[in-house]
Order: sequence, then C-alpha cells, then structure tokens
Amino acid sequence: MSTPPLVVSNARIVDPASGRDQQGALLVEDGRITAVAAGKPPGAPESATIIDARGLVLGPGLIDMRVFTGEPGHEYRETLASASEAAAAGGVTTFVVMPDTTPVVDDGAIVDFIIRRAAATAKVNVLPAAALTKGLRGEEITEFGLLKEAGAVCLSDGRHSIQSAGLMRAAMTYAANFDLPVVHHVADQSLVGDGVMNEGQLATVSGLKGIPAEAETIPLARDLQLAALTGARYHAAQVSTAGSVELLAAAKRRAPTASAGISINNLALNENDVVPYRTFFKLSPPLRSEDDRRAMIEGLNAGTIDVIHSAHDPQDSEVKRQPFAEASEGAIGLETLLAAALRLVHSGDVPLMTVLRAMTQRPAEILGLPSGRLAAGAPADFILVDPDYPWIVAEKDIVSRSRNTAFESARLQGAVMQTFVAGRSVFRHAAWREGGR
Amino acid sequence: MSTAAGQGRPFPHRNLLGISQLNQYEILDLIDRAEAMIPVSRQQRKSLPTLSGKTQINLFFEPSTRTQASFEIAGKRLGAQVTNMSVRTSSVAKGETLIDTAATLNAMQPDVIIVRHPASGAVELLSQKVGCAVINAGDGAHEHPTQALLDALTIRQHKGRLSGLTVAICGDIANSRVARSNLLLLGAMQVRTRVIAPRTLLPRGIETLATEVFTDMRRGLEGTDVVMMLRLQHERAAGRLIPSVREYYRFYGLDADKLALAKPDAIVMHPGPMNRGVEIDPAIADGPRSVITHQVEMGVAVRMAVLDALLADPTQVAA
Repeated sequence: MSTPPLVVSNARIVDPASGRDQQGALLVEDGRITAVAAGKPPGAPESATIIDARGLVLGPGLIDMRVFTGEPGHEYRETLASASEAAAAGGVTTFVVMPDTTPVVDDGAIVDFIIRRAAATAKVNVLPAAALTKGLRGEEITEFGLLKEAGAVCLSDGRHSIQSAGLMRAAMTYAANFDLPVVHHVADQSLVGDGVMNEGQLATVSGLKGIPAEAETIPLARDLQLAALTGARYHAAQVSTAGSVELLAAAKRRAPTASAGISINNLALNENDVVPYRTFFKLSPPLRSEDDRRAMIEGLNAGTIDVIHSAHDPQDSEVKRQPFAEASEGAIGLETLLAAALRLVHSGDVPLMTVLRAMTQRPAEILGLPSGRLAAGAPADFILVDPDYPWIVAEKDIVSRSRNTAFESARLQGAVMQTFVAGRSVFRHAAWREGGR
Repeated sequence: MSTAAGQGRPFPHRNLLGISQLNQYEILDLIDRAEAMIPVSRQQRKSLPTLSGKTQINLFFEPSTRTQASFEIAGKRLGAQVTNMSVRTSSVAKGETLIDTAATLNAMQPDVIIVRHPASGAVELLSQKVGCAVINAGDGAHEHPTQALLDALTIRQHKGRLSGLTVAICGDIANSRVARSNLLLLGAMQVRTRVIAPRTLLPRGIETLATEVFTDMRRGLEGTDVVMMLRLQHERAAGRLIPSVREYYRFYGLDADKLALAKPDAIVMHPGPMNRGVEIDPAIADGPRSVITHQVEMGVAVRMAVLDALLADPTQVAA
C-alpha cells in the first residue's frame, strides 16, 4: 500500500553525510526520500501532505548499534515490539539487536525468527547481530556465511568478550571472508575479575572491587593488531578509557577498517554517579573518571570514536535493586539516547553535526546500510527534533518494558517531536504543535 | 547509673551505617557514651532499663559468632528483646532478595535491625526499606563502624587520648572494612595513620584515606603508638595476592623483632578472629602488650552506647 507523497518544509536540515545544515524541505515518495532542497522541493505534487516543521531540526533517523531485548526468552524485560516503541520515541529508526537471548542468536533459523518477528511486530527497522561464537561461549565460531545469508548484519558476542587471541584471529580472518563486521565488547576477564566499578579512589572508599582501564586497553590493543593482520572490518563495540582513544588513533592509521563505538552513558556520566551504590549506574564497561570522559569527548570530536549507541539493556528491578556487587549490569537508553547526546551539544563540547554523525552516517557506513542520510534515493527514515525542549525523565513516562534508566529524574534539553520510518510516522510527541511553538 | 545511660543527649542520626556519616564531635560523643557504659558490664547486676520493651533483630548474612554475641549481649544488658537471624541458610538461599527480607522483618515492627552482609552497601540499601533504626555490623569491604569505635575507645583507655598518636594498620587493607572505618575515624580525630601491606593488598587511592602508606613493615612500625593487625583471608589470597603464608609471615607478620621498632609502650590490637602464626606471633597475641581481649570488652560497651543513642527516649532517661 503506497502512502501519499509527503513534504516536510521549513525545517533546519542537518545531514552529516552531505554536511548540509540549512533551512529547507524534504520530499518523500513511496517510502524513499526523493528530494532535499533549500526552500520548496521541486516536483512536489499538489496531492502531497505537508508538514510545517518550523523551529525543528530534521535529521536522519538514528541508527543504534547496541540494543538488547528479552526476545526470545525473557519477554518480560523487553520484546522487539516494546523496544521498537521505545526506539521510535527516542528517534531511533534502526537498531541492531544483540544476540544475547535465550536461545542465543547463533543459528540462521534464529536470525530468521528475529527478522520475521520484527517485521510482524516492530515499528522500526530491527537488524540482527549474530553470535560470533556458538552459545556466546567464546570457544567455536558460528556459521558466518549462513548467518549472513539469513540476514545478520554483523557478528558480535554481545556482552561477552573473546578471551583467546587465537580464536579472535580465526574469527576475524573468517569474517573477512564474508565481509561481515566483527563487533566486539573488549574486556579481559582476568583483569575484570570480581570488579564492579571503575578502579580508583571511589571504589576503594566504597569497598567495591575495581575494574582497571587495562581490562579494556589490553584486549583492544590485541584486537586492533589482529584487525590490521586480517583486514577484517573490526568495530570495538564500546570503549570507555583515555588509553583506548590513544590506541584507536594510532591503529586507525594502519587499519582503516577499524572503528569504535561508545555508550552514551560513558559520554554523559562518570564514576561519581555510581556513589552511593546506585545500581542503575552499574554498567559494562563501568562509568569511568571525568578525565576519561573528557578524553572520550575529544576522541569523538576527532573522529577517533565513530559511533554513539544507547547500550539499551532492559533489566527488571528484581536483579537491579540488589546490593551493588550482586546487581546486574546495564541500563535502558533508547528513549534518552538523543536527549543525553544533546547535553554534549548544549554544553558546547561537541557540535550537533558530530553528535548526529555518530548516530547516523557512521553506523550506516560501518554496517553498509543505505539509511543514515538525507539524500535522494535513501529510505525515508528521519526525525524532527526540538533541540531545546526541556523535560525530566520520569519513570511513569518510560515506554520501554523495563525501568532501569541511568537518567532517572535527569533534566534533559531536547526531544524528538516526530519519527518517520520509510515515510510513515511511528511516533509523535504529545507536545508538538505544527508550525512552531 | 543514670550517668551511664543516654545522658539525655539526643543523637542526630536514625541509623549508624558508617563512620563516614559522623563528624568528629559525634564520634567523640559516642566514645564518651561508651566509656560511661563500661561500669554497667563490670557490676554484679549488669543491666540498664533504657531499651526495655524494644525489639532488636540481629540479621547476619555472614557468620560471625563474636560480633553477633557482642550485639546480643549489649541489647540484653539494656533490656531489649533480642532475636538472632542467620540468613545464610534460610530464605536468601531460596532466592528471596535482600529487599524482600527487609520488608518481611519490617512488618514484624522491630525497633532496631543490626545487619552484617558480605556486599558493600547492602546495609544502606536495607536501611532504605525499613522503618526502624539500622546498625551496620559490617558490609563487605566497606565499613564496620562499631569496630572502629571500640578500637578508638580501647586506644583512648590505654593512651589517655587519640589526637597526636600514630596508629599503624597492617595487613589485608584491600579487603578490610575494619581498615576503612578505622582510617575514617582516626583521620577525623587527628590521629596519624599508616597503612602497611604488600602492594597486592593495597587498594588504589588508599593514600587519600591514610596519612602514610608503607610496604616495608619495619619502616612502617617505627615510632608507632598503636599496632593494629588485620586478619588475612589466606585461603582467598594464597597464590595470587601473596605467594604463601610463610612469606607473608616473614615480611608482614607481627613478631617480637618487628614490634621492637614501635614505641616501647606501643599496644597491639586485632579485630579477631586471629590467625596465629599467619599475621601475628602467638607470643605477641597473648603477650603483655596485647589489648585484644580488652577490645572485646569495649565492643559490648560501644554497642550498648550505640543502641542507647539511637533508641533510648531521652526524656524517659532524664526522669
């Protein structure tokens, strides 16, 4: 069923892929962008629906490279459908779903299940990541070729990290064979040990075991060397330390296919937020020092860090409201991703274009997607954003099925007013009045 | 006897979760109250009525015969009805969360819950879910406030003061809640603190809590007034944090040779239970400079004082 053409006019169009930041309009026909223009788009038919987006930013829909759900296996935490509702509310039009489910997404049939299930129930594009190793056990590689044929967009062991350098080399070599990105959470388990927060004075005073920065930098250094050796498309799923930025900056000269992501939590928060024993801030990688956070912002500005993601990880209160060391890791984040990222814009730390690039153009390039840009021919996945809209994160307003947000009661500035997937509106903010506020 | 009771002074906290919540005047106040409690335990009729009719629950998620007994005796000497619960083998093993346990106990209307838990921060979490006073009897590697108070009282009894002294804390600093509470308390009372341990047992950032950090025990003990030894969890540490008990004892065990470097009148302390021959020579532990049994006695006085400060109705005591 085709929808009538759509014109979104009077918007501030911000498109990192083309570098465009100007007042203009967008023409959408048959789920695709057919024109982006300053002023009125040429060739807009009389029958087109017109949205006056005065006062709003029009950007590509966000692509979130790291989302966990509970489907299949733990649907009470989150389903693909409920995650997609949260995504739409947060301006995320495409997300990559991690394979950490029950059963694990390590077989073509389960990839197929995710794709079918998402097509039937989800409001936004859901792309499955397939497990890098069978059962996420870090022992045997999965059937990369068959998984790719089934529709997996990348390989990842999700929350798990490959401990063996030999296995990692084999995985990257074989992944390069099928041109699939390897997305890897870097954590040396022998250095993480029983650690539950950033190692340092705060952990010591709290009587909590620390996780040293080297638990991340040592496996990252290993992976980057293996990426150069194998030529694999390697993506460090999430980095958190100043040392990692240095390693990435050096390695990207030799291995241009290497890239890195960061959770918005590690950009917007730091270890001080953990005190006293706030388990909603228990994350992996842990929130690091303010010096680390500053280094990550510099890395983002320099392009050393490519991608910002939500690390959306729904957990029920049973496993979260526990003594800190015993509580599960992870926080939801789809709904707050953009607003939390806009904190960096409002504070003057990162330009809007850079923040958007890390959530649109770069993930699209890394995954080889046609979306993430506002260009003729691209899917009409886009968002309208009021970058200044003030709001407070309240538990009652959370769309996700789980409530474990690291931004509970946070004051945020900037909200998604409307989200479009393939030209169809999938979310509209209750406060939005067309034609300006 | 009325002077030994709550002395009519209000105490400005509902719970005692850690030394970190107290300022130096409140610390001093608790030590003074504890000192006033000592005679109660030494007289024939060892009781005060200030907690009569109150219910005290000792909730221990980690076994500890001595601390539990100390709190139990303290409560009973003040007239409270005391119930001991060891949770290790009961509901928690069946998957009940700490918060469920807290809600269940809270419904039984206790006046005070004394909690020991293996996880740092667990006692504070529980305190948020109950409507009565909570005393931390040790949470993970975080705090053990009544131990630090009884140590301070013991030191003051022997040295006549706290301020200006030099106290060395030796051993497994990384995993010790006793070390953290003592460093906080002694730091607040202008005591010079030294921590002495091999680097594997020194946590990052410890220099912000202690005046000085030593890895050479001999140098660290020079001129100290108090030598406080910590228990080494040698089953856990062996092969990783320390290579062997005999090497640990050689470099970090307190023997006569090393003790000779402390001041001639230095006292030796240990929170118990001791590993004789691991961190301390039995001859020192049981020798004339050891005040270890005195610490145990002060433990009851301190716990009586804390219970009294948190629970006693000052108007009733004054009457």
